[in-house]
Amino acid sequence: MDLSGAEIVVQALKDEGVEFIFGYPGGAVLHIYDALFGQEDVKHVLVRHEQGATHMADGYARATGKTGVVLATSGPGATNLVTGIATAYMDSIPMVILTGQVPTPVIGSDAFQECDTVGITRPCVKHNFLVKDRGELAETIKKAFYIASTGRPGPVLVDIPKDITDPNVKVPYHYPDSVSLRSYKPKVKGNPRQIKKATEMILSARRPMIYSGGGVVLGEAASELTELTRWLNFPITSTLMGLGAYPGSDRQFLGMLGMHGTYEANMAMHECDVLIAIGARFDDRVTGKLDEFCPYAKVIHIDVDPASIAKNVPVDIPIVGQVKPVLTDLISLLKSSGHQPNPEDLESWWARIEQWRSIECLRYDRKSTLIKPQYVIEQLWEITGGDAYVTSDVGQHQMWVAQYYHFEKPRRWINSGGLGTMGFGMPAAVGVKLAHPDADVVCVTGEASIQMCIQELSTALQYKAPIKIVNLNNRYMGMVRQWQEFTYESRYSHSYMDTIPDFVRLAEAYGHVGMRIEKPEEVRPALEEAFALKDRLVFLDFITDRTENVYPMVEAGKAQHQMRLPPWISTDRELA
Amino acid sequence: MRHIISLLLENEAGALARVASLFAARGYNIEALTVAPTEDDSVSRMTIVTCGDERIIEQITKQLNKLIDVIRLLDISESGHIERELMLLKVRAKASERDELKRLTDIFRGRIIDVTSQSYVIEMTGDSAKLDAFLANLAPSQIIEVVRSGPTGILRGERGLHL
Repeated sequence: MDLSGAEIVVQALKDEGVEFIFGYPGGAVLHIYDALFGQEDVKHVLVRHEQGATHMADGYARATGKTGVVLATSGPGATNLVTGIATAYMDSIPMVILTGQVPTPVIGSDAFQECDTVGITRPCVKHNFLVKDRGELAETIKKAFYIASTGRPGPVLVDIPKDITDPNVKVPYHYPDSVSLRSYKPKVKGNPRQIKKATEMILSARRPMIYSGGGVVLGEAASELTELTRWLNFPITSTLMGLGAYPGSDRQFLGMLGMHGTYEANMAMHECDVLIAIGARFDDRVTGKLDEFCPYAKVIHIDVDPASIAKNVPVDIPIVGQVKPVLTDLISLLKSSGHQPNPEDLESWWARIEQWRSIECLRYDRKSTLIKPQYVIEQLWEITGGDAYVTSDVGQHQMWVAQYYHFEKPRRWINSGGLGTMGFGMPAAVGVKLAHPDADVVCVTGEASIQMCIQELSTALQYKAPIKIVNLNNRYMGMVRQWQEFTYESRYSHSYMDTIPDFVRLAEAYGHVGMRIEKPEEVRPALEEAFALKDRLVFLDFITDRTENVYPMVEAGKAQHQMRLPPWISTDRELA
Repeated sequence: MRHIISLLLENEAGALARVASLFAARGYNIEALTVAPTEDDSVSRMTIVTCGDERIIEQITKQLNKLIDVIRLLDISESGHIERELMLLKVRAKASERDELKRLTDIFRGRIIDVTSQSYVIEMTGDSAKLDAFLANLAPSQIIEVVRSGPTGILRGERGLHL
């Protein structure tokens, strides 16, 4: 079968089984858009800004485990993608980005809408390609999908000059079933000797702790993690990215750890003697001051990316491999060992943990006449039965979701953890909703973040993505304000906006339903009303307490156990 | 600590840029870098001289290995190895200075490969320390131009870095 370059692109996407492509047309991709015209196999979602396309593809990928696909033109089309590509890169999300480029003969001549896309994106992609020969186009696209979705996943960009997609030049088309690269052989199974050593260390632990991360979600290993944790009766905490891999309401789950982690999770980390890190990368928001991180612990670290191991924290037993097969091997070795961790040690360890837990570090003022943001999230959790797909933007609201929405299943919690991209939440929610049209999909956001990609409200209408937007409107960039309160003597430098739009009318202008909620007693009825409107996007603008802070907090430069608790909670009681 | 990392990488456009931008982005040092195709022209061999403590060198090798274009790599300074660098040196050589320059070049097993009435071009290979030592014997005012290739290296014995 002979096809033009443009037809090859579309046929390759079909052969790859791509369902959605998020894109925006322009000069350098016009041939590709012409090939997309009139076919229904690959559904094109027209965004309003290329950044929105990357976040939609990203949300789609996080919610499904499939690779998200983006299409944009050269120059500004490509540069507008960079934030979204970097977001996906930091959180290891599989994504394939196709960009148009100026025709090969004028590359390097500062042609109209030319930029060095491969150069600009190089530091924030897993890999990228510039296609110079249309005969290699199909195989390059296959390689892109293969690299993006295997090993530690990530975004891969394919830059395609316009002449390569010329409709008048046809070449034989063949889309390979698989590709193999001599320079890229991701590890799957863990080294059996290392796993054996790990079981010995686990069985000898007196104060063990499981620290699980986003790699468990990406590696589809939630059920193995749950089985392991329950069999061992060990306490478990999770990073922001790993929430949902272990059921959030389970007794053994201590909540999230790190800068805004729970008291019990951070104290247990600090005091543990064996730390089992699974698909987590010891990010600075987790460790706090590195010198004092887990001072008594021997560390076992399971990760598919060897570069994540011993990057920030020394590791005693590294295990390189995909989380799922490694945990499977670990579980079977533990079960066949004939041993169990010492129950008396575990009992006294759990007794200490229950003491830490008893301070109830997430308590907040439930009698306030103002809407407390935590209350909104708790109500959201109840109304959705803890089963919604929740996306967020970045800041206080993101932390409150992580703390108060107890995710029971993996892939339900979708947020920009690594890069911390404001503007991510709403387009990501659109991508999730397209993937799961029958599920409840909520974007929790703030009045600052939501304005960064607000234009995608229009895309949501066009493609019938009736998400719910929970806007925690405190008239401040809340997290910036909180840091300014704590460390800059409440000098609120440029952290509020005097001209916030009327979100109800804004939502209506985009063809959606807007609601403004100002009293605590209106919160639950408003949420119920919004979720009853199955076919409509509802923008719920909650006017919340302006000065609420996120607690606990490990402030910059502090060690993990040195948390700032809310002023209404005291640790004076003997907790050691 | 100084380390010499040898890499085999795909001879693709942008492969060098990927390596260089990795070092820049993560704040690692490059003291020297050489690269050229091997006997198989789809593969380039690169030699990077870098420095850092054990933890940094471990990260450098892991991050390099993560690059899709990198096929194999080896820190050759961890084993017995031979290191060579080429230097071309243009020096002022007036009649009164010629004998001494010739003698010095011979002692260091260099060769004079171009001569004018006022200058010599000297060719010399060796490890970097030897080239440094030679330069230290010249007065700065004698030197017109120094060109150094940066070190390349190979393991001693039968073991090698190949596909």
